Amino acid sequence: MAKGIRDKVAILGMGCSRFGERWSDSAEDLMVEAFQEALADAGIGVGEIGAAWLGTSYEEIGVGKSAIPLASALRLPNLPVTRVENLCASGSEAVRGAAYAVAAGACDIALALGVEKLKDTGYGGLPVRTRGAFNDLWMPSMSAPGLFAQLASAYVAKHGVDAHDLKRAMAHVSVKSHRNGALNEKAHLRREITEEQVLKAPTVAEPLGVFDCCGVSDGAACAIVTTPEIAASLGKSPLVTIKALQIAASDGSELSHNTWDGASVANTRIAAQRAFQEAGVSDPQSEIGAIEVHDCFSITELVTMEDLGFSREGRAVQDILDGRYDHDGAVPCQIDGGLKCFGHPIGASGIRMLYELYLQIQGRAGPRQLRDVRLGLTHNLGGAPLSNVASVNIIGRLD
Amino acid sequence: MTTTSTDRPLGITGFGAWLPRRRMERKVIATAHKWFNPALMAGAGGTRSHCSWDEDSVTMAVAAARAALASGDPGKVAALSLASTTLPFLDRQNATIVAEASGLRPRIRTQDVGGSLRAGTGALIAAFQDGALEGGDASLVVAADARRARPGSPDELAFGHGAAAILLGRERPIATLLGWTSESDDFVDHYRSEGRDFDYRWEERWARDEGPAGRLPAAVAALLDRLSLTPDGIDRIALPAASAREAQRIAKSCGLDPARVADPLDQACGHLGAAHAPLLLAHCLEQARPGETILLAGLGQGFDLLVLQATEALADYRSAGAVGAALGAGRSDENYLRFLAFEGTLELETGIRAEADLKTAHSVAYRSHGALTGLQAGRCTACGTVQFPPERVCVNRNCGAVDSQEPYPLAGRTARVVSLTADRLAYYPDPPVRYGLVEFEEGGRLLVEFVEWEGAELKVGARAGVAFRIKDRDEQRGFRRYFWKAVPA
Repeated sequence: MAKGIRDKVAILGMGCSRFGERWSDSAEDLMVEAFQEALADAGIGVGEIGAAWLGTSYEEIGVGKSAIPLASALRLPNLPVTRVENLCASGSEAVRGAAYAVAAGACDIALALGVEKLKDTGYGGLPVRTRGAFNDLWMPSMSAPGLFAQLASAYVAKHGVDAHDLKRAMAHVSVKSHRNGALNEKAHLRREITEEQVLKAPTVAEPLGVFDCCGVSDGAACAIVTTPEIAASLGKSPLVTIKALQIAASDGSELSHNTWDGASVANTRIAAQRAFQEAGVSDPQSEIGAIEVHDCFSITELVTMEDLGFSREGRAVQDILDGRYDHDGAVPCQIDGGLKCFGHPIGASGIRMLYELYLQIQGRAGPRQLRDVRLGLTHNLGGAPLSNVASVNIIGRLD
Repeated sequence: MTTTSTDRPLGITGFGAWLPRRRMERKVIATAHKWFNPALMAGAGGTRSHCSWDEDSVTMAVAAARAALASGDPGKVAALSLASTTLPFLDRQNATIVAEASGLRPRIRTQDVGGSLRAGTGALIAAFQDGALEGGDASLVVAADARRARPGSPDELAFGHGAAAILLGRERPIATLLGWTSESDDFVDHYRSEGRDFDYRWEERWARDEGPAGRLPAAVAALLDRLSLTPDGIDRIALPAASAREAQRIAKSCGLDPARVADPLDQACGHLGAAHAPLLLAHCLEQARPGETILLAGLGQGFDLLVLQATEALADYRSAGAVGAALGAGRSDENYLRFLAFEGTLELETGIRAEADLKTAHSVAYRSHGALTGLQAGRCTACGTVQFPPERVCVNRNCGAVDSQEPYPLAGRTARVVSLTADRLAYYPDPPVRYGLVEFEEGGRLLVEFVEWEGAELKVGARAGVAFRIKDRDEQRGFRRYFWKAVPA
């Protein structure tokens, strides 16, 4: 019986570039920015890294295929380097590769780096790309907001909530993240907004308005991982270890089988349960001190609160309006501004989430610092509710 | 074994029609051009049907064929003719697409017929003469046209878009063919050449006085004489003329009673080109009583003339997609700029997002043509789960059977909306693009676009059917792709 990843891998160092419309910087520049911070944090040299993983999704407008762009940009000395791609969960996937390599004893120190350069398309929103030679022949012309907006229609139908109450709760999600993001100097969007602004914003995909959508950003984030023993020997304190790395992918049920109601993300539920088990978390409500979830759209964050089990079925609207997920709430969520305001450079986001929790657990989060975060959870979702890959990771103090 | 011998003549066993729901108010068109050509105001009454951006002669033909087949057995259709002057493909048989999307058996005999506005009646005569049709088999003649017109031209007002389908067979015909005649004559009152978008037209007074209608009196007299009928023996006269007045004038010249001229539908939908005569025939059949006779003409480089008689079986016939229903399902449209955009005569700035490459991998499309054109899902023979797209392994995780799926058509079934949105970000020629999941009542779900929901409430739980439409156009390579969309049930 597999014992899982819990406490087998420690985070030695992390780095994260400033996110935003980085017109003057290339993807390679952003990789170097995040990597230099992580190297300094880890207190090691490039030569001590044994293997590396690159997570990036839109290679056609970014760095191109393969892991070579990472190896070249960072001048990694002929290391074994692997590129992974799992849509918006590509960053979490890179961490999984690096952590597993360390846990397996294949190398002592491994690097995971996620990067995305989205603002080189010439238009707003995510780049348009193929969904595969067959799917392009029948799937509608769709956008990410349109795919996630459908959650709202099914949620209203399933729980009988008032559509306006849902809109207000969604607005609160964004208002909260803007308030948090305003305190984060690396965040893309740093201006506070009001509920009225959110409700009056132009519609992107019903019922999502402009302020229900996350930033489309350039950025990179990286993690250097090693064994707890090596981290301790290098003087790392407090030690932050990986408690769980879980990922669940659609088997086609949502798209093709009449077993999904469209009001939740099935893989988030499955990955969360596996992660709690792997981490030995029996009461997430009291044990998890902060969460960073995949708030690509306000409605996504709302249903994720139920999918992760922090809100009961049909209760997320009220919990959100009650401030349960605010900075001073019972379960602080998106302390760094989230995808909404920190920004969403696809391949970097999963690692950016870990970066914030890593800072929080060490007490290094500056004006955003929460009290006594011992365990933190990241939720990183690739794809759309009807076909996706959900990653739920937990990190925390070793002691 | 069929009990029907080929000795029994082929008759009409069903009919159907489809008119795009958009009906442009002619006064809106004429008013827009009043500064340039005030004479257009004289012909500015009524409405004309026009295709949405995702309709063409192929999709309209499928809609009309499915309407006609609602009263018959699609499995018995052994031949299909598609008549049109506006087929989207010059070399890729359009009738083959229509046959598969209409739910006909694979690999039947199909053909495109075109080249003249009497292609519809010509295809009908040929189908009646089809000696190769086996005893119990049926034959389908579909005519569809979506002629484009230059902005500011009289054609822009006169044309309409639509389709009609006539089903032929030997069992319980609702009408039989008493006789026919046909003459060809290279009279060029208008023409459209290869590579040209619009018709070129000679003076209409000349066309009226010297055109094919001028040859009709002698031909009608000869045909009636051959059939031992007097002019008074014709109950309904279907003439694809420009107006009721013009149709009545032609009838009168033939010694026929102008009061018996069928409404040429110019005010309701405009002239449907090659589909117009078949549409008028369907309309007459819809209104006729058993025993009544119908004279039908097709005009263009000569003429076709048919005399048909309704049978007793017509009294029991119910058409699901009758002309009256198609005429009544219109929505008044006063947006002339959108009309031009859909016609392709107004190029709008669509933004970089619309530049996405729509190249089709034809080997992929052919591999899955049953799913794409026929909307065939897979039904697992082990557990009964219906799934789209069909795959080798059953999606039901409690089953997981391999290679267990049989084709299962979803078209014609009722579904319910599970989720939806109206997306203003994704590129779409008629924004916002509405799409979501629908679930079929008898199993199977589909991620699908919603169209035609103006006037119907699109919400979770709403009842939907599916219609065959253009999915997108690859302008770079001159290709268009078709798929199915959810429409109100």
